[in-house]
Amino acid sequence: MSMHAMKTEVSAVAIPPAAAAAPVVTMTPKRPPRAEAYARMAKETAARVVPPLIVVALLLVVWELICRRAGSSLPPPSKVFRDTKELILDPFFDHGGIDKGLFWHLSASLQRVAYGYSLAAIAGIALGTLVGQSVWAMRGLDPLFQVLRTIPPLAWLPLSLAAFRDGQPSAIFVIFITSVWPIIINTAVGIRNIPQDYRNVAAVVQLNPLEFFTKIMIPAAAPYMFTGLRIGIGLSWLAIVAAEMLIGGVGIGFFIWDAWNSSHISEIILALFYVGIIGFVLDRLIAGLGKVVTRGTAAN
Amino acid sequence: MQAYLKLDHIDKVFTRGSTTTEVLKDISLTIGKGEYVSIIGHSGCGKSTLLNIVAGLTGATNGGVLLEDREVNSPGPDRAVVFQNHSLLPWLTVYENVKLGVDKVFAKTKSKAERNAWVMHNLSLVQMAHARDKRPSEISGGMKQRVGIARALAMEPKVLLLDEPFGALDALTRAHLQDSVMALHQKLGNTILMITHDVDEAVLLSDRIVMMTNGPSARIGEVLEVPLARPRKRLELATHPGYLKCRQRVLEFLYERHSFVEAA
Repeated sequence: MSMHAMKTEVSAVAIPPAAAAAPVVTMTPKRPPRAEAYARMAKETAARVVPPLIVVALLLVVWELICRRAGSSLPPPSKVFRDTKELILDPFFDHGGIDKGLFWHLSASLQRVAYGYSLAAIAGIALGTLVGQSVWAMRGLDPLFQVLRTIPPLAWLPLSLAAFRDGQPSAIFVIFITSVWPIIINTAVGIRNIPQDYRNVAAVVQLNPLEFFTKIMIPAAAPYMFTGLRIGIGLSWLAIVAAEMLIGGVGIGFFIWDAWNSSHISEIILALFYVGIIGFVLDRLIAGLGKVVTRGTAAN
Repeated sequence: MQAYLKLDHIDKVFTRGSTTTEVLKDISLTIGKGEYVSIIGHSGCGKSTLLNIVAGLTGATNGGVLLEDREVNSPGPDRAVVFQNHSLLPWLTVYENVKLGVDKVFAKTKSKAERNAWVMHNLSLVQMAHARDKRPSEISGGMKQRVGIARALAMEPKVLLLDEPFGALDALTRAHLQDSVMALHQKLGNTILMITHDVDEAVLLSDRIVMMTNGPSARIGEVLEVPLARPRKRLELATHPGYLKCRQRVLEFLYERHSFVEAA
């Protein structure tokens, strides 16, 4: 795939000089016809989209062949689709309680992640800055972080249930505690790696601490921060599904657990599909945001 | 000569664990207003450390720096530095890099429009006004250094400190920038202290050349007056007897009396 993509790129690069040179010489610039440009774009897109489609189709066929035998413990894709057609077509129904469409489950989960992750981003960047900037803060806090960050997310859940006596804040706390460590650690590394030159510039210009933080530290450490933020969003999405299985209520995690209890295996498979897609989108969202924010810093 | 910038018996000792290294020993130097002084020496002799002490980025172990008879021991815009590797902030445009200093120094004395005009004025002094919206990664090494000079000039420093400003540039660009700095010095009359390891550069630009002995415990070995009239022209000087004599003196100092001994 990459070979093909490279080839089309090369030809795309080779054409503009000729097109740019043409207007200088003649009155009617020779542009490649519109249709040709579209055809090339379509070709490039196809080169990217077709291979994964083929792989997915192949996997579906293999799955179908393996699971369609009578007595198979897992349903084949055709049966999954037939069983979950209603859920796919109408994600917005609401029959009260936890009998809701997938949209409501997913949005409840995403809301918890949004709360927990936002808190983690704020606390993580603040603590990471402190640890990166102050040697004493690092000596004091780093060992603590190194131990705490190895605790599995779900191990925090009973403790937070005991503390908050409610599912919602407990789930948010689990998200927070799961995603805060990579943010702290990466931010601290980023702050510690700010070149001495930038600090010298700030000293000569006499920036005050607040200006130094906003004008030097944040932009200089942003690439590291976004590495941490990206790992963090992945971890929080991992944690929410597990946490919701235990706390119950509306949410994709409990939806999966509920489907298991009612032996709706097809629904589990559908839910997993959605969880995967949303995790992917969240990751890309943070990566894209990072790209926009750090566009000046990365290229030095 | 009226003392404008005075380096008063500066010693610098670095301590790491139980080992102490004396880098600079009893450096005293008096610089007059509007003077262009170069410090030349082999690498590792502590000349950059000396510049950092004057800039206030490093503290002296003994002695101190006086600017207009007042002691200075912290960094500030009155001693703006042009760093060797330009040190422009990559996430800011050329304009914003210069403006960073201008906004701080003239926060109270100039209006927003005046500050904007002042930034553009300084960018045009170094012929970089056309690149105001470019980021450092989009301009050449010589251009970056021009912007670095503009940033320093825009703070209206009492003393301009140049830390091997042309060291990382190719020979042609370097000559071009040297001419620019000479023209700026002529026009604005700044007091300039420059670190260099290039003999021709030192002779061409300076009123006085301070030659440092090799470290550790580097001292000022000799101070040479360069009695060449300004404005100086690179081509005419190439065969000028006064220029050649100065050049000869510096070369003798560096390669005969204090030749660089590689650490074994």
